[in-house]
Amino acid sequence: MKVLKFTLFLAVIMVGAINFAFTAEGGYQVGDKVQDFSLKNTDGNMYSLANLADQKGAIIVFTCNHCPYAKLYEQRIMDLNTKYAPLGYPVIAINPNDPGQEPEDSFEEMVKRSHQKAYKFPYLFDAAQDVYPVFGATRTPHSFVISKKGDDFFVEYIGAIDNNTKDGKKADSKYVQEAVDALLKGEKPATTFTKAVGCGIKAKK
Amino acid sequence: MLLHLITLWFLFFPTEINAERSIPVYDFEAFEPILHRQSDTLYVVNFWATWCKPCVKELGAFDALERRFPGEKIKVILVSLDFEENIEKQVKPFLQRKNIQSEVVVLDDPNSTAWIEKVDPSWSGTIPATVIYSKKGRNFYEKEFVGEEIYTLVKTHLTKLK
Repeated sequence: MKVLKFTLFLAVIMVGAINFAFTAEGGYQVGDKVQDFSLKNTDGNMYSLANLADQKGAIIVFTCNHCPYAKLYEQRIMDLNTKYAPLGYPVIAINPNDPGQEPEDSFEEMVKRSHQKAYKFPYLFDAAQDVYPVFGATRTPHSFVISKKGDDFFVEYIGAIDNNTKDGKKADSKYVQEAVDALLKGEKPATTFTKAVGCGIKAKK
Repeated sequence: MLLHLITLWFLFFPTEINAERSIPVYDFEAFEPILHRQSDTLYVVNFWATWCKPCVKELGAFDALERRFPGEKIKVILVSLDFEENIEKQVKPFLQRKNIQSEVVVLDDPNSTAWIEKVDPSWSGTIPATVIYSKKGRNFYEKEFVGEEIYTLVKTHLTKLK
């Protein structure tokens, strides 16, 4: 009996530790179901997964106005949308930063930027900063490719857009593109997780 | 008299010399040995960039470490992730303005997906990030150090090294 109690005790501790490990890791793993969100778009409307009802999936990119890496990737993000929106994988850009720390990332500046550059995709503001932690985004740009099965969306790829931060033409691995191409063929992406240098997301203090 | 004044000026404000510092630019392969030096020194390698606000905030405390541990075997290397083309117009003026004395190198290697893991497997890729290593071991910190935190931490590491 004592042994059993001890084993149970150990089991409880281990489950606790595993839970903790998942929480500490933070955010989605590849294969996870995407929770719905509702965020304000630069056109003033609220945007949620329901807006993607007719799509096969989406390329969600946490990005912003101020970050030098986000700026370097801006054209590539626009190009991804041009190429993949007609194929059922539109880009959804989300700014997760606290404008208190980065005034360039305020909603007003987002609206300006989306007009200047004529974004053809939604540019959403995570004003309450409660969406990016669910995804586990840590930096800008940080991309998540999701695909639809039934009524739900699942995470297929997490990480960098490609492996050349400065020049997309010189990138020999275009991770997001490769992931979407695979999904369009009904296959699983070969690479599902990458890391890249980016600007840390600025959380409210 | 005027000549003396000029000499005195340069004696007390040698910032112009500092402005002429040369900053090596490395790709990761050339940079990697900095993370694996073999000696009895404690190495503090801080990844930062002029555009990274929390990095800029903590940089002074890192720069002060060598001065605050006189006679100790400690070496601070400030690794800027600024792009090579911004060294003259951003990095150098910044270092001069902040009067940064520590060694500064620029790591400009666009394939960060390949080298992030080699700095530390737990690194997500955001800065500031810091590696502290010696022959006694290696620690990685993906965080912003505030106040006396880095000083206290380095003090602990130096004690362990003795």
